Amino acid sequence: MKDMSNKRLSSVKELEELRQEILSKRDPDKPIITVCTGTACQAYGSLKIYQEFADEIRKQRLEGAVVEAKATGCHGFCEQGPVVVIFPQEICYVKVKLEDVPEVVSATLAQGQVIERLLYKNPVTGEKITKDPDIPFYKNQMRIIFGNNRYINPREIDDYIARGGYSALSRALLQMSPKEVLDEIKKSNLRGRGGGGFPTGIKWETTKNAPGEPKYVIVNCDEGDPGAYMDRSLMEGNPHSVLEGLIIGAYAIGSHEGFIYVRQEYPIAFENTIQAIKQAEECGFLGENILGSGFDFRVKVHRGAGAFVSGESSALMSAIEGKVGEPKMKYIHTAVSGIKGKPSCLNNVETWANVPHIINKGAAWFNSIGTDNSKGTKIFSLVGKVNNTGLVEVPMGMTLRQLIYDIGGGIPKGKKFKAVQTGGPSGGVIPERYIDTPIDFDELTKLGSMMGSGGTVVMDEDTCMVDTARYFISFCCEESCGKCIPCREGLRMLKEILTDICEGKGQEGDIEAIEDIAKVMQDASLCALGTTAANPALTTLKYFRNEYEAHIKDKRCPAKACKALTSYYIDPEKCTACRICFRNCPTEAIHGDKNIVHWIEQDKCIKCNTCFEVCPPRFNAVRRISGQPLPPPPAPGTKVIREKKR
Amino acid sequence: MISKTNNKKSTKLSKAVKKVLGSYQEDKDMLIQILLDLQSMFGWLPRTVLLEVSEQLEVPITQVYQIASYYKAFSLTPRGRHIIKVCLGTACQVRGSPQLLNIISAMLNLKPCETSKDMRFTLETVNCLGCCAMGPVIAIDDVYHSKPSILDLKRIFEAAK
Repeated sequence: MKDMSNKRLSSVKELEELRQEILSKRDPDKPIITVCTGTACQAYGSLKIYQEFADEIRKQRLEGAVVEAKATGCHGFCEQGPVVVIFPQEICYVKVKLEDVPEVVSATLAQGQVIERLLYKNPVTGEKITKDPDIPFYKNQMRIIFGNNRYINPREIDDYIARGGYSALSRALLQMSPKEVLDEIKKSNLRGRGGGGFPTGIKWETTKNAPGEPKYVIVNCDEGDPGAYMDRSLMEGNPHSVLEGLIIGAYAIGSHEGFIYVRQEYPIAFENTIQAIKQAEECGFLGENILGSGFDFRVKVHRGAGAFVSGESSALMSAIEGKVGEPKMKYIHTAVSGIKGKPSCLNNVETWANVPHIINKGAAWFNSIGTDNSKGTKIFSLVGKVNNTGLVEVPMGMTLRQLIYDIGGGIPKGKKFKAVQTGGPSGGVIPERYIDTPIDFDELTKLGSMMGSGGTVVMDEDTCMVDTARYFISFCCEESCGKCIPCREGLRMLKEILTDICEGKGQEGDIEAIEDIAKVMQDASLCALGTTAANPALTTLKYFRNEYEAHIKDKRCPAKACKALTSYYIDPEKCTACRICFRNCPTEAIHGDKNIVHWIEQDKCIKCNTCFEVCPPRFNAVRRISGQPLPPPPAPGTKVIREKKR
Repeated sequence: MISKTNNKKSTKLSKAVKKVLGSYQEDKDMLIQILLDLQSMFGWLPRTVLLEVSEQLEVPITQVYQIASYYKAFSLTPRGRHIIKVCLGTACQVRGSPQLLNIISAMLNLKPCETSKDMRFTLETVNCLGCCAMGPVIAIDDVYHSKPSILDLKRIFEAAK
């Protein structure tokens, strides 16, 4: 298809001709093997596996018309990586290893046979599932934004065009006026996916009507929330969908210059975006006179340099200007006065990616999905203590229980669900009793948390809630730019208090102090980082006050997670001197010998939890003790008691 | 500002900086992008490089230094040959990354952000590597390791000379 790509398309007719030409060269029945090369699968070595597939296909002389290997973006099922899907049958293989490649090629690709052992096994029923749409993880999702990832090589614009790509752009540019595009987005009730939930259409309109030229449009891919990677996977896996949305938005707003701001930690997203822009320019989707419409638009890519607060709109715009990314006081919104004081419309990656779908299928279709005030779907990154870690796209209004149990497959190792943390460092924890709450912009806010950009961290009985609060507060403390005092000093004080509590140095009055400081921060901070930073502390206090009290009054950590309040002890009556903990202890704190009961030298113990984890469950000899005095170690040379030796 | 003995070195440096500036058409708005390129070229941002950027781009050194010290991607001190990144993202956190950090810290006798005296290792913590399914995860020279055991770690560290 390279010959066509060199030619700029100058009309809708030419775009359709190109699409037909691409499709005519593609046989829908031809076996295609797609290998997920999202970040997690790459970390599992999927690039090598893809290469091996390409080589093996050549070796078995199946290349060309017969079969094809394709490296795609993230499929979302990261827990089971590397994931491989074979079309047209949609056979899904999980945890594929290099050694499996020749067999997959000779059996499945060449002869259509399914290899049982590589199929996903439903952990509940034990049943093997062949097609990926039948896997519960995928079956319960609604993949609109994310759905194309598994078909597309993100570095090939042809793949995107073959899936109907850029048809929304041609429709918007040539059949609709900018006002009609804007009205359609307003009618769709699309709200910002980055966390704020501001109505996108109104934001666009503000920039459109604001005085001053040029106007800018910006993609915010500075995804800083720890444990959230939906934007990364979209930008890496389907950059053209974001680009198409951005161009449509620019047309509606009347902007001719755009920026894509990508986090420095996302090198693949950066490269794929650069490549996508280059290809879009060659095809005439960017540049002058796009598709013969007379509309001009260009895009530049900026890398962030590692600052969480740079994801805030005014800070991000300062960073684009090459300055320090600190937020500004927003007496005037950035939509009116942003980059270099000009009207600048900034939306999140996922928000932009929604736009082509709305233009193609209409606002009424979009309104048919979701809840009263939150329309469409949302991508969540479901992580933490959950069986199926991965990225999931669901309609707004799905309950937390459906998300965590039906899609996420519940909590590993039969542990008890304790809470779910949503909304990243600005969000909060939601305890088990609210697990049937529908997820949308408003419902989670009522509980003191927020939907945010979609980070969903599941926590089980082993997670300490005070420590969780301390974790988020120290995160924000480190990331606070220090410009305003409530945020800078408030976070520092909160961090000190929470660290003290976790270390058993908590005092009466600490809880009240946390509440007071949080109130000041909410009222007086300059930007959203400061006003929301106390949320994790406030929600854990609201729902798990007893854990705080146990730490302060009883010097006890109920989850046995806080190092300073927990000790490790080997039960002399249960220890069989199997030597496993002895061998695994990183600090040589465990003493003992063959047939001699082991014991832990407390001064050397760094409480890394390794002995607790490696002690075989049938012995269960290592105990974690919190809030109680430690029993004395056994007398030196105590022999193992062997019961009924067989 | 630059002594004569360093002249040869400094012309080389000045050329390297010039090349990077050229790729951004010496646009002052691109200062962050320029420093990112220089950081990956040198592994850190020595004072001489910052001075060179300031001079050639005609931006006050205070502004260059402000950027270089504000953003996390920049290092103003030399880093070791092998960079160990321990992910402390929320997902890794609940799956035990603080304990893992403790173990690595004890094994290498390094605190986070420290570099060993022989310049072999730099221990860093990061907020999310974006592969939460593998958590707790560490990256050594950008190679990811999922849930490494003590024996895995010993092997990995020994392999990194």
